[in-house]
Amino acid sequence: MIVDRRKLNWTERLYFPAILQGLAITWKHFKKSLFGKGIITMQYPEEKWDARLPEWYRGAPTLVKDEHGRERCVSCQLCEFICPPRAITIQPMEISEGDPWRKVEKEPRIFDIDMARCIYCGLCEEVCPEQAIFLRKDYSVIGLDRSQMVHHKEKLYEMGGVMTGLVFKWNEKK
Amino acid sequence: MDASNVISQFFSPAAWTFLKAVAGWFMSPIGFLVWTTLVKSAVLLGIVLGLVSYTVYAERRVSALIQDRLGPNRVGWQGLLQPVADALKLLLKENFTPKSANYFYFRLAPKLVMVPPILVLAVIPVGSSLFGVPITIASLNTGALYVLAISSISVYGIVLAGWSSNSKYPFLGGIRSSSQMISYELSLALSLVPVFMLIGSLNLDTIVHYQVEHGWLVFPFWPKGMTFSALWHPAEALNAFRAGLSLKHFLYWIPLFISFLLFLISMFAETNRLPFDLPEAEQELIGGYHTEYSSMGFALFFLGEYTAMIAGASAIITLFLGGWSLPLIPDGSHGWGWGIVNIVTFFAKVVALLLFFIWVRWTLPRFRFDQLMKLGWYFFFELAIVNIFLAAAVLTYIH
Amino acid sequence: MQLTLFWIFSLLMILFALGVVSLRSPISCALSLVGSFLALAALFVTLDAFFIGIIQVLVAAGAVMVLFLFIIMLLNLQAEERRPVKLSAMVGAGAIIFCFIKLLAEVIAASPLLSRPIPLLQETATNDIAMIGTTLFRSFNLPFQIIGVLLLVATVGVVLLSRRTLK
Ligand code: SF4
Ligand code: SF4
Repeated sequence: MIVDRRKLNWTERLYFPAILQGLAITWKHFKKSLFGKGIITMQYPEEKWDARLPEWYRGAPTLVKDEHGRERCVSCQLCEFICPPRAITIQPMEISEGDPWRKVEKEPRIFDIDMARCIYCGLCEEVCPEQAIFLRKDYSVIGLDRSQMVHHKEKLYEMGGVMTGLVFKWNEKK
Repeated sequence: MDASNVISQFFSPAAWTFLKAVAGWFMSPIGFLVWTTLVKSAVLLGIVLGLVSYTVYAERRVSALIQDRLGPNRVGWQGLLQPVADALKLLLKENFTPKSANYFYFRLAPKLVMVPPILVLAVIPVGSSLFGVPITIASLNTGALYVLAISSISVYGIVLAGWSSNSKYPFLGGIRSSSQMISYELSLALSLVPVFMLIGSLNLDTIVHYQVEHGWLVFPFWPKGMTFSALWHPAEALNAFRAGLSLKHFLYWIPLFISFLLFLISMFAETNRLPFDLPEAEQELIGGYHTEYSSMGFALFFLGEYTAMIAGASAIITLFLGGWSLPLIPDGSHGWGWGIVNIVTFFAKVVALLLFFIWVRWTLPRFRFDQLMKLGWYFFFELAIVNIFLAAAVLTYIH
Repeated sequence: MQLTLFWIFSLLMILFALGVVSLRSPISCALSLVGSFLALAALFVTLDAFFIGIIQVLVAAGAVMVLFLFIIMLLNLQAEERRPVKLSAMVGAGAIIFCFIKLLAEVIAASPLLSRPIPLLQETATNDIAMIGTTLFRSFNLPFQIIGVLLLVATVGVVLLSRRTLK
């Protein structure tokens, strides 16, 4: 699109009136903020987003268990493959004989997400056929070195908790 | 027995003669000059470096307030210790030199940026006199030219930093900086010619004294003979105002005011401040010439830039805004209290001008490079030359 | 004092001047030249010729050399290759330098200016700017104006030559 440029009249071409107008605007904002009015930023450590986070917020990825307390993840490794920065490392393991959920065949032995790599894209959540991995509302992930930035399985389940009312393919009746 | 005899008893004769010799040297003309100059330099350096770190703080706070934010307000009351925290952080970082950089010039460049603005301050009359000692460190007959000459050298640091980093963006920054500085130095120097024509001296002290007597150069009239007592008698005050209103003064004020605007704007370009900060242009050049610097190297660039701002503001104040003078306030020869008031006045003016610099920075958008060059060469340069002729015409008409 | 300063700055100047001819990288050469100019300016200042010293810094070091540096950087000139030193060239150059210095010494020795003492400046005449101004505009007004016009003509000529012809 070509934007038509208006021909400036001579006062506009002097620039000074426009500059003074600009200075007046910034001055108004300065004066207002000086008395603490109109400050639109949040004072972070005291005020936090937590209460206002929307439902669809994409925080740190976590693993969830179902209402029977079973890991939903079946170690299909789809998330590991789709993860753009390759933050996920999974080692699958066969579910032992005698387990009531033997039918499911696999569960993760190791499930690591390296939060120093994760870009919070949400692709893992999207791709998971079992609805086992969700991006929850934790946004402040802290570690003093790289190893502390890796979330292991226990930590992931702890953060994820239980999710009920989801599709549940391993129901006995099916 | 007088006091010196009493004191001399506490020393052995040899030590006493030595002490007397030292004291004698301190009071001899040359010794007196040396130590007062050293003290003045040290104090000025201290004040200016303190001012620099708080200018950085002011820049951050003011910019935040203009943008409806709060800015750094955590370290100390209202964030007043933020400069200390910044300095500590910068000192503790790794001073990294890129592998492909030219080590010698890469390390030399930040120092070259820092030194010239400090040198400029040597000729600025930051106060009148204290205990009979003039405050100006070096009262040169060529003071104004010295300011221009030294600030023209400061471009070397920037150019060298750009070149020696051996990387694209710093290089562009360095190239831009050199062409910009050369263009604006012309109007910077030429805009001052009417001032010199009027006052007939390049000595900054003389220029300030002229303004004390005849009024600041930016004002079209000046209430002459105004005193404190006159302020309480409306008739006298009115008379003083009327005495200041003269066609003569108004006529030569016109070229001087044009000079002032030209000098102010060129100073923005010369110190790389925002409407003209193309050498660093965070958004296009990622910081320009100092992209590759870290730790103290970066800090020196930062400090150098703000020192240059202070030096520029001091030059503007000395040349056009009356230096250390304030109407009705006598100079330091009337007692040391007034001498200190003069110094405080000067720095108050500097702070006000610095705040103006900051205010402008957070108001105006950046020029495009061709616009910048066009403005410099097609407009300011010509205007400065026309202004010289205008001043000449006015002065011949007046005399 | 004056003499010590003279030696310091003239040695510096000569060192930098040697740097200009012997350093390989063009940037170093240009910067050495700047250093040499600055030392020269300092020499002027020790002679109380503040104006000339400062103009030296302003024009030569501040403007001309920045342009030089600008061009060197734009052309991206690389450091020169080290060439083998030819003995014959060295001898020839040495002879020429010797002859030149000898000639200079003869001329200076024969000059009548140096045989009589140069009068000292009066104490009152310390304002060197005013002195230069009066000398230029009183005694040498015509040559000064002619040089001005010459420079103007040269500038116009350069503008004309460098202008691209628009067709
Ligand atoms: S959110 Fe994206 S980056 Fe993070 S683990 Fe999931 S797929 Fe990988
Ligand atoms: S989290 Fe989902 S996608 Fe990833 S391995 Fe487990 S079941 Fe597969």
